[in-house]
Amino acid sequence: MNRRNTLPCLVAMVGSALLLSACERPPVDTIQRGYRGLAMGLVYNPRSQESLQAANVAPAPASPEPGSDGPTAGQVYKNVQVLNDLSAAQFVRVMVAITSWVAPKDQACAYCHNGADLSADDNYRKVVARKMLLMVRHINSDWKSHVAGTGVTCYTCHRGNGVPAYTWYTAPDTASGVTGTRAGLLPPASTVAWAALPGDPFTPFLAADPHEIRIASQTALPQGSRVSIKQTEWTYGLMMHISNALGVNCTFCHNSRSFTAWDQSTPQRATAWYGIRMVRDVNVNFLNSLTATFPADRKGPLGDVAKVNCETCHQGVYKPLYGVSMLKDYPELVGKPQDTAASAAPAAGAPAPN
Amino acid sequence: MAEYQNIFNRVQIRSPAYPGTPLPGGIWKRSGTGFFSNLLGKIGDSQVGPIYLGTLGFLSLLCGFIAFEIIGLNMLAQVHWSPQQFLRQLFWLALEPPPPAYGLHLPPLNEGGWWLMAGFFLTSSLLLWWVRMYRRARALGLGTHVAWAFAAAIWLYLVLGFIRPVLMGSWGEAVPFGIFPHLDWTAAFSIRYGNLFYNPFHMLSIAFLYGSTLLFAMHAATILAVGRFGGHRELEQIADRGTAGERAALFWRWTMGFNATVESIHRWAWWFAVLCPLTGGIGILLSGTVVDNWYLWSVKHGVAPFYPHVFPTVPDPATLPGAPR
Repeated sequence: MNRRNTLPCLVAMVGSALLLSACERPPVDTIQRGYRGLAMGLVYNPRSQESLQAANVAPAPASPEPGSDGPTAGQVYKNVQVLNDLSAAQFVRVMVAITSWVAPKDQACAYCHNGADLSADDNYRKVVARKMLLMVRHINSDWKSHVAGTGVTCYTCHRGNGVPAYTWYTAPDTASGVTGTRAGLLPPASTVAWAALPGDPFTPFLAADPHEIRIASQTALPQGSRVSIKQTEWTYGLMMHISNALGVNCTFCHNSRSFTAWDQSTPQRATAWYGIRMVRDVNVNFLNSLTATFPADRKGPLGDVAKVNCETCHQGVYKPLYGVSMLKDYPELVGKPQDTAASAAPAAGAPAPN
Repeated sequence: MAEYQNIFNRVQIRSPAYPGTPLPGGIWKRSGTGFFSNLLGKIGDSQVGPIYLGTLGFLSLLCGFIAFEIIGLNMLAQVHWSPQQFLRQLFWLALEPPPPAYGLHLPPLNEGGWWLMAGFFLTSSLLLWWVRMYRRARALGLGTHVAWAFAAAIWLYLVLGFIRPVLMGSWGEAVPFGIFPHLDWTAAFSIRYGNLFYNPFHMLSIAFLYGSTLLFAMHAATILAVGRFGGHRELEQIADRGTAGERAALFWRWTMGFNATVESIHRWAWWFAVLCPLTGGIGILLSGTVVDNWYLWSVKHGVAPFYPHVFPTVPDPATLPGAPR
């Protein structure tokens, strides 16, 4: 090779290698979802599925369900406010389970409890845990439209961590003076699948006073819709988050020829629709109400508490823990239905997809 | 004689650099005397320069430089002036147009004001460069085909960044400056208007885009194939068709029954290339102004086919009684 050409050729080769380094190597598996010709295929990389499957295994219960006979936890223990209707044996078993699901191994009960007086509320984590138990029972009884009979336990989010691995805070803007605003475009992040879209679609859509997610027109010709491209980008960011959190393509829920058309969507879209409302409910009515409880070092840059999104439970899988129900071994974590509207909705028409 | 069978030129000319025909009077002279590059000689003429800058070229480059700096420095400010982060995030960084709430009013600098300014200078740069293309072609006694082809691209640019936003009454409708952000904007545009693939002008634009590559491949392959008979001297072949032109014409008449002429193939190519952004621009201009959902528009006019359902039909949960908010 001509010596003068060596350097440009080298640059071209290294450049090509760099460009390809972000790609996943073939082959990938494609599963047809919709009618033929619609390109409704789910694309899975079997190599990343292996690690996902290893990381999303539900632990077996440590001991069998003891039954509800005997005195209740409320009668035996002091200051039991949520699980007081369980038998003492059930109560202790749930406490042990929570310890293994949430508390660091070297701290065990002391992670939340005062060792000298287990009933004391002087550790903020115990106050948080009580609220979270209310939340879990609420989800399992009132959000069957999303969690169906599979339900959730502490482990669905916590996976052995004191704080679930995937949570979010409201992102502050970077503007200073006359420059620096990113107009919602945060540094590239996995939360929106590395797209150059608004990086915090959670604050507008998954918290209090949610914005409208739907952006596409329902009429062929303009009839006064003022939805902008920028709004579309925020919705797009949220959808990329859902796709990324569930490890699925758009076509898991949508027929991409018309994202907005319900009559061409899959039943999973309705499940996701309830999921979005469930996440809002959890963030607004449970996590936000703990703002005064959490210490400052557990809060985000704007002083808000860590909140949940789809990834908090799903963690890259279309059903958390591949749909294995841990709840069936812990029926104590189902509450009494409160909000009949949310749980009754599927019976009104939608086939309850698992 | 040079062979035209290879990807790279096998023969390069080395002679005193040719500066070009004498310039008419003016304050600008050609810059430099020209030099030879072996590497560029592999793919084109090995002589580089001299270049004619001129007033228009100078102003165009100046405006382009100002736009480039506004965009680049705003991006650098977004990563708190960190060169490392600038390089890492470069493909994701953007200078975004103003929020839609500002309509067509002048926004503060940090909320799209810089974007408006960058857009002004970039547009000025492009228009000045267009005039320069036109004027240089005239100065050489050429037709102005290059300038008008360039104008077709400028039309699409203006529709995206100026004409359509003005018609929609909001600068926020325009495209951000940024590598990935402008691509994601394009996808968002399609989602907002119910799938651009159902936009007939988008269909035309794609047909001309792919048609251009097809024509490009057919023409280039034909000329390379008859290069051994002197077919690369296309101008001579136009005026006085020789054996190269005859063989090329025969080849296409034998294989597909019809052939363009040595001259008309260039009109084909020019129109295909020019119609790609012209029709694309029309498709963008109609979105939101005349049609709001191209998929529904296509259903209405019998363009979009019906596919059988394979899933049980799911009602929109928001329409069910007692649905959560």
